[in-house]
Amino acid sequence: MDGGGARGAVPINVRIQREDFDAAAEVAALTQGRADVGAVVAFTGLCRDEAGALAALELEHYPGMAEDEIARVAQEAAARWPILGATAIHRYGKIAPGGNIVLVVATSPHRRAAFEAAEFMMDYLKTRAPFWKKEHRRDGTTGEWVEAKDADDSAAQRWT
Amino acid sequence: MNAPLKLSYFAWVRERIGLPDEALTPPADVTNVAELIAWLSGRGEEYAYAFERPGVIRAAIDRKHVKHDAPIAGAREIAFFPPMTGG
Repeated sequence: MDGGGARGAVPINVRIQREDFDAAAEVAALTQGRADVGAVVAFTGLCRDEAGALAALELEHYPGMAEDEIARVAQEAAARWPILGATAIHRYGKIAPGGNIVLVVATSPHRRAAFEAAEFMMDYLKTRAPFWKKEHRRDGTTGEWVEAKDADDSAAQRWT
Repeated sequence: MNAPLKLSYFAWVRERIGLPDEALTPPADVTNVAELIAWLSGRGEEYAYAFERPGVIRAAIDRKHVKHDAPIAGAREIAFFPPMTGG
């Protein structure tokens, strides 16, 4: 996949999957066998239980577009920061509290680019990747679709 | 005359309409996304309910985000959905 920018392609891995992921294995995949990586930042987003009220989140996605949008976000990160690699994994289906939802990993020679690229990918992914969360509550009721937060839009806008 | 379009719906838009997707041929005077939403809203109560607040509806043409003034000519698939809540 094209990493964008004039520095040539960097490895960008995007996966949309029902099954769980292993953050440590994904970090290893971006760092193993190379000596130029000085910083790796991995962010994992988990399902929280909302003070015990939540039984599970159900994540719906738009197949095809979800992969495309996250890849676009990762490529933009690669064009804006001198990163050496990026991985973004987003799960769909029913996820119980404590379970993994999303992973972004960025590697670079120095920490700032890795921190910023990872945060940028998360902020953009939240407002651009076609995923929707529905709550299943512990009292057996199917709750509401989670509402988009203005704070997420502001978080994405600060990178523009 | 517009060609048949695949329309896809997600999250509460899908639930309100009661369909994940369908193929429809909008009339020739429907030229952009906003007009398509207005035309769909007239197709029945479930559509009117799904599109009751057009301002919050997001659209994608051939899997790319678009604004409501985007022309639909040449589109193969148009999707409608609420603001995204992934991550």
